[in-house]
Amino acid sequence: MGDKITFTIDGKDIEADAGQTILEAAEAAHMYIPRLCAHPDLQPYGSCRVCTVLVDGRPQSACTQPVAAGAVVESGTDKVTEIRRQIIEMLFVEGNHYCMFCEKSGNCELQALAYRFGITAPRYPYLFPHRDLDATHPDVFIDRNRCVLCGRCVRASRDVDGKNVFQFVGRGPEKRIAFNSEANLAGTNLDVMDKAVDVCPVGAILRKREGFRIPVGRRAYDHVPIGSDIETTAAK
Amino acid sequence: MGKPIIATTSLAGCFGCHMSILDIDDRILKLFELIDFDRSPINDIKHISQRCAVGLVEGGCANEENVVVLQEFRQNCDVLVSVGDCATMGGIPALRNTISLKECLDEAYLNGPTVFNATGKVPDSEDIPLLLNKVYPCHEVVKMDYHLPGCPPPADAIWEALVALLNGKPLELPYELIKYD
Repeated sequence: MGDKITFTIDGKDIEADAGQTILEAAEAAHMYIPRLCAHPDLQPYGSCRVCTVLVDGRPQSACTQPVAAGAVVESGTDKVTEIRRQIIEMLFVEGNHYCMFCEKSGNCELQALAYRFGITAPRYPYLFPHRDLDATHPDVFIDRNRCVLCGRCVRASRDVDGKNVFQFVGRGPEKRIAFNSEANLAGTNLDVMDKAVDVCPVGAILRKREGFRIPVGRRAYDHVPIGSDIETTAAK
Repeated sequence: MGKPIIATTSLAGCFGCHMSILDIDDRILKLFELIDFDRSPINDIKHISQRCAVGLVEGGCANEENVVVLQEFRQNCDVLVSVGDCATMGGIPALRNTISLKECLDEAYLNGPTVFNATGKVPDSEDIPLLLNKVYPCHEVVKMDYHLPGCPPPADAIWEALVALLNGKPLELPYELIKYD
């Protein structure tokens, strides 16, 4: 391994390898930094900003920012928590997130983040945008109402599956996930076992005929907050 | 000093949240010892007649009447609580928000495949409350003090909320009682 460097997160000394991101170094030290677009098997992307930390007072995304010797990082402070909370609330009002009938509910990372932050209702007005869904593929559907534009499917399809099925089109509020095909999802070479299907943090890309398979009470975030696995290893 | 007064109502909701209120089981007997109900579907009182300590509102605002009722609650309740996903985000009724109102009414009364409507008109009696252009969560219409998400919120969440608010404490729900489904 490369050189070891030392920096602090919330006053705690953290030892890290040069070249690691702040998120990776924190996780190795059993500190959970909330994140949505970051995924351990994918390249960092830095689009959702949920992992925002203050590095020497400046906001940076922990999933893309490399560690620097002597850096002073704030992650668990009230100020940073408030920034993350506002981002999560904005994600909820910008899409159409109907948790009550969503197959992903209970296993959804966006919902789990809102639970962890104790959000009971967003402070911003709901936008109720018009979004399309595509259920033409025999085994997979995409519901853009639930999409948070994290780009995980784009990266997984390109880098892991080697297919380039998904890509972003449009800008600003018009930005959406499109497919590499003439018309619809059925026209792509997407397979039900592709990594791109697996990594969606929300209920936007789902396998068909699997909804509500896990009963309420046994789903990932029914009893423990997201990130608990990282934090509990710290206690041991 | 008399017992604290509670009022409840269901706006554009399905009464599932009121079912969840009843789902506090035998604690409801204790609740009746501690409080009195003013306007509520439970006793069918039609208008609030006195100052209330807590108002529980199920459902969002889909029509004119919902707004009038919500304003009555805001004017007469010290603490107003959104109960359930419809009150906090519009819920199932808000699915129509991405479709124009005219398109919704035409589908329901004129063009739907199972519609039989000899008049060929959308009902427009003045007894029917006017629909709003879209369904609004309660906090986009009046100030709401607290939100209990869930479809419906767990009975325990409603109980915890009432116990905290009637004791004048801030409402802080534990992790397992904040659920959106």
